[in-house]
Amino acid sequence: MTDIWVYLAQTPLLWLTATLLVYYLADLGYQRVRQWTLANPVLLSVVLLVIFLTVTGTPYQRYFDGAQFVHFLLGPTTVALALPLWRYASRLRRMLLPLSAALLVGSLTSVLSVVAIGRLTGVSEVTLRSLAPKSVTTPIAMGISEQIGGLPSLTAVLVIVTGIIGAVIAQDLFDRLRLNDQAARGLAIGVASHGIGTARALQMHAEAGAFAGLAMGLNGALTALLTPILAQILGL
Amino acid sequence: MLRGMTVLLICQLIGEVTARALNLPMPGPVLGMLLLFSVLLWRGAPEWLDQVAQGLLRFLPLFFVPAGVGIMNHVQLMRAEWPAIAITLLVSTVITMIVTAGVLLLFLRLTDARKASTHATNHD
Repeated sequence: MTDIWVYLAQTPLLWLTATLLVYYLADLGYQRVRQWTLANPVLLSVVLLVIFLTVTGTPYQRYFDGAQFVHFLLGPTTVALALPLWRYASRLRRMLLPLSAALLVGSLTSVLSVVAIGRLTGVSEVTLRSLAPKSVTTPIAMGISEQIGGLPSLTAVLVIVTGIIGAVIAQDLFDRLRLNDQAARGLAIGVASHGIGTARALQMHAEAGAFAGLAMGLNGALTALLTPILAQILGL
Repeated sequence: MLRGMTVLLICQLIGEVTARALNLPMPGPVLGMLLLFSVLLWRGAPEWLDQVAQGLLRFLPLFFVPAGVGIMNHVQLMRAEWPAIAITLLVSTVITMIVTAGVLLLFLRLTDARKASTHATNHD
């Protein structure tokens, strides 16, 4: 029995199957509780897999070696966000000025608010530097973090947590604010919580998803340009 | 299916090469998305590409799971600061969402008002 386990634990087959199965069950559960926000399938899957790996004493690297085939699909799927975006191109063109203003202010707000609140709650300086780019997609965030003296690997985790928080709270927040404009919903999710938020926006509405994808891409570039300057001004 | 997937991968590849060659602060796939978007503006989207894109986008949340599980490597590091970090991320995310949506709606209203007033003067 242990021989079989030792063999399987080293093959992609086991970890690929585990990832798909756990996500399938998490999504099923999410539908069963009528999309109750805290039952977010990404959150559930991550929690279940972390418990499973911890119990079986499997190091993350061994799991990732197998699950990387799923991870790889993030790339082409990000490119595929061009299609929903294209569908709303005419609306996009009419909104060029408002979109640019919202992106710029949103990007600044994300960095400034996280540093200000982090100082209030007493987060350490190195964690603060790792937190600054938390709203942008992982590869960009890690680069920014390194540039301003944060810990890139910590940033990667904080980015994922931010994405999950955004995906979990977005619907309730928008409903409570009676924010019904799908473009505004999507843009807000994409700026605040990058790809994980965009995945949630796509489930909410096609137009929200299109604007979230755009916001994720442009906010990433904008934050990369702005954060080193902000870090200097804020004395990070 | 094959054709659509190949197009997506080619765009990602071009994005990846461009980002590295020009040292741009953007990941290859994001550049690939902007590249494909400009091609679509020019040529339109064929059915076979749309099908593959829809198929992939349905499962976008799943593709974040392997990276998300990486949290288990940092549990120790974050243990001491965890509550402060959680509050900070939650509040900042809420503020960022509200401000972003608010600025967009405000500017939409302003530009609409401007359009409405130019319409009015045209009529006069």
